[in-house]
Amino acid sequence: MDFVLSKEQQMARALFREFAENEVKPLAEEVDETERFPEETVEKMAKLGMLGIYFPKKYGGAGADVLTYAMCVEELSKVCGTTGVIVSAHTSLCCAPIYEHGTEEQKMKYLPKLCSGEWIGAFGLTEPNAGTDASGQQTTAVLEGDHYVLNGSKIFITNAGYAQVFVVFAMTDSCAGNHGISAFIVERDFPGFSVGKHEKKMGIKGSSTCELIMEDCIVPKENLLGQVGKGFKIAMQTLDGGRIGIASQALGLGEGAVDEAIAYTKERVQFGRRISQFQNTQFQLADMHTRMQAAQFLVYSAAMKKEAHVPYSMDAAMAKLFAAEAASDVTRRAVQLFGGYGYTREYPVERMMRDAKITEIYEGTSEVQRMVIASALGVK
Amino acid sequence: MKAIVCVKQVPDTSGKVAVNPDGTLNRASMAAIINPDDKSALEAALQLKDNTGCEVVVVTMGPPPAEGMLRELLAMGADRAVLVSAREFGGSDTYATSQILAAAINKIGLESDDVVFCGRQAIDGDTAQVGPQIAEKLHLPQITYVAGVEKVEAGKVVCRRELEDGYMMIETATPCVLTCLKEMNEARYMSVSGIMECYAKPMEVFNYETLKDDPLIQIDTIGLKGSPTNIFKSFTPPQKGVGMMMEGADKATCAKLAGILAGKHII
Amino acid sequence: MATFNNTNLADFKGVWVFCEQRAGVLMPTDFELISEGRKLADELGVELCGLLLGDNVEGLAKELGGYGADKVLVCESPLLKDYTTDAYTKVICDVIMEQKPEIFLIGASNIGRDLGPRCAARLHTGLTADCTHLDVDVNKYINFLKESSTLDLSTQKFDMEDRNLKMTRPAFGGHLMATIICPRFRPCMSTVRPGVMKKAEFDQAKADACQIVKPAFTLTEDDCKTKVLEIVKATKELVDLTGAEVVVSVGRGISKDVEKGIALAHELADVLGGVVGGSRATVDAGWLSADHQVGQTGKTVHPRIYVALGISGAIQHKAGMQDSECIIAVNKACNAPIFECADYAIEGDLFKVVPMLIEEFKAAKAGK
Repeated sequence: MDFVLSKEQQMARALFREFAENEVKPLAEEVDETERFPEETVEKMAKLGMLGIYFPKKYGGAGADVLTYAMCVEELSKVCGTTGVIVSAHTSLCCAPIYEHGTEEQKMKYLPKLCSGEWIGAFGLTEPNAGTDASGQQTTAVLEGDHYVLNGSKIFITNAGYAQVFVVFAMTDSCAGNHGISAFIVERDFPGFSVGKHEKKMGIKGSSTCELIMEDCIVPKENLLGQVGKGFKIAMQTLDGGRIGIASQALGLGEGAVDEAIAYTKERVQFGRRISQFQNTQFQLADMHTRMQAAQFLVYSAAMKKEAHVPYSMDAAMAKLFAAEAASDVTRRAVQLFGGYGYTREYPVERMMRDAKITEIYEGTSEVQRMVIASALGVK
Repeated sequence: MKAIVCVKQVPDTSGKVAVNPDGTLNRASMAAIINPDDKSALEAALQLKDNTGCEVVVVTMGPPPAEGMLRELLAMGADRAVLVSAREFGGSDTYATSQILAAAINKIGLESDDVVFCGRQAIDGDTAQVGPQIAEKLHLPQITYVAGVEKVEAGKVVCRRELEDGYMMIETATPCVLTCLKEMNEARYMSVSGIMECYAKPMEVFNYETLKDDPLIQIDTIGLKGSPTNIFKSFTPPQKGVGMMMEGADKATCAKLAGILAGKHII
Repeated sequence: MATFNNTNLADFKGVWVFCEQRAGVLMPTDFELISEGRKLADELGVELCGLLLGDNVEGLAKELGGYGADKVLVCESPLLKDYTTDAYTKVICDVIMEQKPEIFLIGASNIGRDLGPRCAARLHTGLTADCTHLDVDVNKYINFLKESSTLDLSTQKFDMEDRNLKMTRPAFGGHLMATIICPRFRPCMSTVRPGVMKKAEFDQAKADACQIVKPAFTLTEDDCKTKVLEIVKATKELVDLTGAEVVVSVGRGISKDVEKGIALAHELADVLGGVVGGSRATVDAGWLSADHQVGQTGKTVHPRIYVALGISGAIQHKAGMQDSECIIAVNKACNAPIFECADYAIEGDLFKVVPMLIEEFKAAKAGK
């Protein structure tokens, strides 16, 4: 296994780090505090090609690889978990399924606008009664002539308030179970489509999380994504890729907390000494860094396997499971090292701790990741 | 039409500056960055490219690792790069440096509608001399302290040149040399697609052999031998002590502080 | 041009100072340079000569004599009215090649720093930028090193007969100093940082005795490749905190009279040529808008001078300002943490101390 990044990957990491430091970090506190979607940052990222990193230039992408994309989400999340998930959901959950399962026409119609950031993308699978059990879809799609009619609602949809394009799942055959689910590309202004209430969340507060409502929503037949009845497979494959994005977000959050904790403990004086001089601090930081480093290896390995088109479903599940739990643990420990200051909003570690929690929940809870891993191991 | 941009890689002096015990700069311990004024010069050139489609050529003089910086400039949008690098060029002061860079620009080829962009000054020397001296060696008009490029068309250039107490609007004809202030614009970032392309873009190395036929390149006009100025002594000022707690808080105290600060040229 | 400098160095005599005028008004730096040039000329035992270019500027020349110029060369032409690189460079280089001074000093203004390098390149000589100290006499130079360097002078060898101009300048924000010489070419050129050299007392008798000479030169419109379209005097734009050279910040200590505290900070900032900032407390209280905040959650600044007024110096504030070059703190509490990172600390009531500081700083600046 090659542990050395290519020159291009090193340059891209430097770009993401500089961008995060200069453009994202200064807004992070305010974005969290006011629960504001950072539109201006999204616009800037679009200009730099950060919204279509691993897609071919032909479709408006930057022509880089999956690992470069993972590093982008990682670097953004080091300073702002909200910004990290915006890129992750857009790229992994909307651009990727269109790129991997779309027809040439669909790709040419949607990808250039998505990669250029003219359009933001989102993904609609979760329903009030279909969370971890995604097969329990209640949204229906009925073919009527040259179009489908969709009815139902989706919840907890990341980017929904600002997205123009949604990859939405619905039952085309309610008697066929998983095989009755199909995927559709739905545009925001299709008749009968609307975005509902905005969720108030514990963390990643600037990301737009809303309900989607489809009431006799008209979707042209040519916007069926993949084959009829293959929607569940598309959803699962999409989530495999998405997990690399969320694992990268978790990785960044944890690493960001370690960076903050190192800087703070070198400054903070108690009992006449910098608290970094106490062995407890040193051991804590050593453990925290080691956990994040281990997470990084898992995340990068999954990204490289996806890039190489070898099976990576279990790798992505392990990466997300480990990185999310590591991030939750490390951010919580960072708050502890900061003491009372860590509990205040003066410092970013409490925000990182709140942001990290969701990485154990969305795009498959940690329990789901364990199911995926166990199943891949043949443990029944 | 071409924009030729002269760029220098410098140690980042914005943070802590490391000095060796012998009074020289510990360059190894500091990150190498693109000189900030030069970065704005490139941005000005790239804006000209955005408006006119002109070619942007970046040129730097430095050791071979400076190629990394040139690749970054290509990733920002420059079209090709020239690295001027040779043992013979080492130890050059501003005079000798400008001789070599002027010869490099001659080699790149200066046409009637070209514009040479430089940064006003580099943060490791702060001399602001190389730009004007390149202009002199190439017999070109110069506009220094450029705070804004107002117009480049039909062989005419109009720039806003900053003064301490205002500004001048200056017009000149191409080809010319402009030295740019970092405040004039906000340099763009590299783009991801630019990064993917930058290793495929042309990069030439000009060494002594490449430039030696230019009349500007003589054994007594380049390198240490060709430098009119020499460093006589270099030293560190006395260490900044732990702070001084002023005695009292009356008029005499304030007068004393003002005296100390004035004596040290701080005010 | 090389032929000009292949001539014998001993042919070059005299110290010259470029006297910059804008719109017919001499720059304050001119007097500083004439005063400094006087000392150098005395050390060398040569004449000090001012070089004044412009249109109808002869009337300004005598004043330069009052600060020590033996002679002022006045070059007048409508083409020299406003500064342009080409016209000034041509006239100056022609006169220098004709008369061969050994030292040529220029104020390091935006104009001086445009002119100096161009002239040096044409004359094939060295130029040292932004000098803060000049010596000819070796003993004086050694004394300067004793005071201003950490060099162990017992290990340093000096040629006591050395008559080169030793030009000292700061590099890397003053972390390093370098003394530069130009041993093989003349004139030895230096741009000198404004405000550094001390102005001599004006002497009317010397002014009266000053000789005015008008050297012959040729200058035509064809020599001028740049055209000044307009010159605009601008009031200084408000600079942001991060770019500011001087930041005067206020903290909770102004709570007794917020309005007055802020006004005092502004007044002090004006005297020092800087801007006003504040601690988190002042922003949270709504006394200053958020863009003023210095610290962990505000802006990180590293100005030349940072003045902390009534700021206790919490760790999150220090994180944003401790790399400033010179930190001055005024606080009532003797154990305020801000004093730990201050270069100069005054324990006292800012409402009493600041007005006195303003007065004394003004006086110190005026006295230079």
